[in-house]
Amino acid sequence: MSEVSQLIEALSVEEVDAIEAEITHLPDRESAAIEAMRIVQEKRGWISDESLRAIARLLGMPTEALDSIATFYNLIFRKPVGRHVLMLCDSVSCYVMGCDKVRTAVCDQLGVEMGETTPDGRFTLLPIVCLGACDRAPVMIIDEELITHLSADSIPDILSGFD
Amino acid sequence: MATIVVDGVEFEVDEGQNLLHACLSQGLELPYFCWHPSLGSVGACRQCAVIQYADADDTRGRLTMACMTPAKDGTRISIQTETAKQFRASVIEWLMENHPHDCPVCEEGGECHLQDMTVMTGHIQRRYRGRKRTFENQYLGPFLNHEMNRCITCYRCVRFYNDYAGGTDLQAFGSRDRMYFGRTTDGVLENEFSGNLIEVCPTGVFTDKPFSESYTRKWDLSSAPSICAGCAVGCNTFVSERYGRLKRVHNRYHGELNGYFLCDRGRFGAGFVNSTDRIEHVGERVEDDLFDVLDGEVGIAKLAEMIRQGDVVGIGSPRASLETNVALKTLVGEAQFCTGMSSAEESLVDLIIQTQRATSADIPSLSDVESADAVLILGEDVLNTAPRVALALRQTVRNRALNLAGEAGIPQWQDAGVSSHAQGRLNPLFIASVLPSGIDDIAADLAHDVPLNLADCGFAIAACIGEASGSEPGFVRKAAAALRSAQNPLIVSGTSTRTRAIVEAAGAVVAALESAGKVPRLLLVAPEANSFGSGLIGGGLDMNAALQRVASGSTKTLIVAENDIFRRAERERVEQALCTVENLVVLDSLDTPTASLASLVFPAATFAESTGTFVNYETRAQRFYCVFEPRNAIAPSWRWLAQAATDAGRDDLGWRHVDDVLEAVAASPNMAGVRAVAPDAGYLGSSLCKTPRETPRFSGRTAMNANVNIHEPKTSVDEETPLSFSMEGLNRDQPSALLPFVWAPGWNSNQSVFKFQQEIGGAAAGGDPGVRLLASGSIGTMPARSASVRSDGGGVDTGFRLIPVQAIFGSDELSSRSPPVVERSSAAFMIFSPMDAERLGAAQGMGVSCSVLGATFAVTVDAAMKSGYVGVSVGFTGAEGELPDGLIALAVDPNYRPTPNPHDRVIARG
Ligand code: SF4
Ligand code: SF4
Ligand code: FES
Ligand code: FES
Repeated sequence: MSEVSQLIEALSVEEVDAIEAEITHLPDRESAAIEAMRIVQEKRGWISDESLRAIARLLGMPTEALDSIATFYNLIFRKPVGRHVLMLCDSVSCYVMGCDKVRTAVCDQLGVEMGETTPDGRFTLLPIVCLGACDRAPVMIIDEELITHLSADSIPDILSGFD
Repeated sequence: MATIVVDGVEFEVDEGQNLLHACLSQGLELPYFCWHPSLGSVGACRQCAVIQYADADDTRGRLTMACMTPAKDGTRISIQTETAKQFRASVIEWLMENHPHDCPVCEEGGECHLQDMTVMTGHIQRRYRGRKRTFENQYLGPFLNHEMNRCITCYRCVRFYNDYAGGTDLQAFGSRDRMYFGRTTDGVLENEFSGNLIEVCPTGVFTDKPFSESYTRKWDLSSAPSICAGCAVGCNTFVSERYGRLKRVHNRYHGELNGYFLCDRGRFGAGFVNSTDRIEHVGERVEDDLFDVLDGEVGIAKLAEMIRQGDVVGIGSPRASLETNVALKTLVGEAQFCTGMSSAEESLVDLIIQTQRATSADIPSLSDVESADAVLILGEDVLNTAPRVALALRQTVRNRALNLAGEAGIPQWQDAGVSSHAQGRLNPLFIASVLPSGIDDIAADLAHDVPLNLADCGFAIAACIGEASGSEPGFVRKAAAALRSAQNPLIVSGTSTRTRAIVEAAGAVVAALESAGKVPRLLLVAPEANSFGSGLIGGGLDMNAALQRVASGSTKTLIVAENDIFRRAERERVEQALCTVENLVVLDSLDTPTASLASLVFPAATFAESTGTFVNYETRAQRFYCVFEPRNAIAPSWRWLAQAATDAGRDDLGWRHVDDVLEAVAASPNMAGVRAVAPDAGYLGSSLCKTPRETPRFSGRTAMNANVNIHEPKTSVDEETPLSFSMEGLNRDQPSALLPFVWAPGWNSNQSVFKFQQEIGGAAAGGDPGVRLLASGSIGTMPARSASVRSDGGGVDTGFRLIPVQAIFGSDELSSRSPPVVERSSAAFMIFSPMDAERLGAAQGMGVSCSVLGATFAVTVDAAMKSGYVGVSVGFTGAEGELPDGLIALAVDPNYRPTPNPHDRVIARG
């Protein structure tokens, strides 16, 4: 199998095209690392070892170097995640405003701990650092939606909006 | 020079340095982790914090990282002030939060920089009571253990492995307190210098795997200064022992040569010393593969009788010491002595010596290599033949960044600043080689071709340096231009393809640069640890002549010292000679095909059990000292020879000690300097002043043999060397060649090395060891291009022309019998061009058999290989010796099954 077809096996033609398009705006191929992972994650939800290797090959960089970038960012997922990713801020303002209680409520409601995915694949729970919404603390972000002024009581309602 | 004030005391320090370097140089104790003299400063660990004051009136000061602050004139700092001390104690407390405190089971314990720094900061009570994060460790191959929980996130490992050594498969993953240093998946660390992580990592994350198989604490090791026997670079090592087993090899700092780093062949290749294949007794062959053990005296008497009868030819060895070679040469006489190199090797080594003498170009030390600003590698695969040179060349290329930083006023130690300012700009390195090599990533341009064409390429560069015709290929033009415009051009070449014309071309490039008014340097790599020594000693017979003479029946006795002749000439030639001669006497450490044919075998001491001298590529003679007393009848080869000769009535080999042999060596041409290489047994006169091999904390001396004898055996007296086999003696202020280990008060780890340097990163205290035997400088004439027979490549129908390909793990005879190296090396292989592979019906994963070599080889396909030629892994099974000339038939072997690659195995996690 040729290298290109191997690549396409791991990445779709659309993904490869989108990454190549990014590269045209950048000084070198490696600089597209984060963007490339975003493109692939958008389609697949996470970056598997296979995707990681394929992206690294496409960008002409060592897999290790790409993984170093992937694992540095908390919004690049190296494990499969649920349909919705719920990220609860645990930085100082949210802490002061009681994010602990919110966390307990979320975990109890979903029956999983932080860092885990519900057995039905509906939610993955993750902590996150300050979301810049301290004035509305405690906050969380589900997929791309910022939800503010949380309380333990508001959780069931909020979660029911995502299936 | 700058004057700085530290805690009210004035010090004169080197202005260009940072404060940490300056303070340590003054003997002040300041803890650090991430700074390394060869890697510079990044300010990552915050451990070297001090308080800096604006002026004499400033009493508050501000916290600053010593390693990131220049030692400017008038700088005022405090190490001792309470705020600074408290901050440093907090730093170590944070770093240790997740550390498992598992010193008792950690192999770093007792020589751990983290332990030392913890004690130095005074953070001696653990307060953290929370949960610790735990990591899964990785299988990293046969060389290294991985225990990530011990990490303190100093980043030294990745800075060494990636930035310094060019590795790509070790990285920092994650963020915050979950930083992980490892690979994406389990697997062998690929870089050839991975073993340095053992010494670079300040904690017990990366430890020596072969050593852990029979582990001993540093304080229980006895050690001696030694020289690596792995290649012609001659890196300086500490070799350590306990219970009569070689335990490990560590780097011994040499300012001009290996600096702080060894290659993995050197570090892990010494395991053959403990091999079960060791010859331990004198043996007389009764029938095939069956030897009677003889008493040493009886063996000597038998050899004496043979010597008395006359007609003796001697074959020495480029892997044996000068002492052994000179002993054999003295015994048989120049006209009957062969150096033991193959005829091709010998003529190449002679050519190298002649070339080095004819040019005024200096042979560069490795620190000279690093200071070059344009390099041409012609036909030599340095990463596989002289690996430490390749590591130095990486720095040569990166040092462009230092020059640029200098112009921009960025201090040289400011690692991150220096490299980001350089924006990837490198000093130009041009590589003309048969196949792609492991340092191509730093090359400005590459040319791949068969050896004779590489030589043409070299001559074309030489011509182009003189006058460009304008029609040269781009590689030639660019290389010539870069060398011509460099301040310190460097040419690297050598013997790895066994092609004279390549060395001649290298000489021509150097001559052209000299004519152009340049002062070039020329580094020529020879095959083995003492190839240069053998070349300088010389002999009256070359290998083919010696074998012919023996095969003709006119020789009664052939004495072979530490050599497997099957590696030195074609099989038939060797067999014919060895089967014709009446007495074949072999002295060797390991069982070899030659030894198994011997009528009389003597057990030879290895470098670890004897004292001797090797001559490296710089013609630097260097002494290795006996680390421990050999078991059973094992003795240095020269001693067997001298005793038998004396027994036979000779009065010119009446040597009792290695120093007596050295006197004879010194009397040979070119060898006058050898006595000054290192102190002799009479150093300081008294046996009370000998340097102890055992550490001052050596334990269990009265009990370590209690299973054999409950009485403590008498310590043997070492009459051979200035070292003693005990704890007693004087381990202070000796010449650097006599330093058995590094250890200083408060500095139990190898980080104490700076206490044994004239200045940090400079020469070793007392001067860097070794004496160069040859001065360069226009003696004789530069060899002209010899007429080489042009031969075209072959093909599937006619057969292929073989080109030697060298491998760091597997090509060298002794290291390839060390268990971890065996595990790391591949099976014997052949490299085909894609076209030839296709025509032959061969592909990766298949095997081809070669009836001439009598072996099967794993197929590798490489687009850079020229069609009609095949690269063969030399030194491997089937290709141990010189490759045959002519066109060689190859065929796919239908029965070939690839040996499962142990590297893919995940052995242990956890
Ligand atoms: S690294 Fe040092 S401090 Fe840590 S467990 Fe090992 S010996 Fe102890
Ligand atoms: S593994 Fe060792 S060298 Fe690497 S960051 Fe951790 S402590 Fe430092
Ligand atoms: S701390 Fe939670 S949004 Fe700022
Ligand atoms: S040694 Fe200075 S910050 Fe690490």
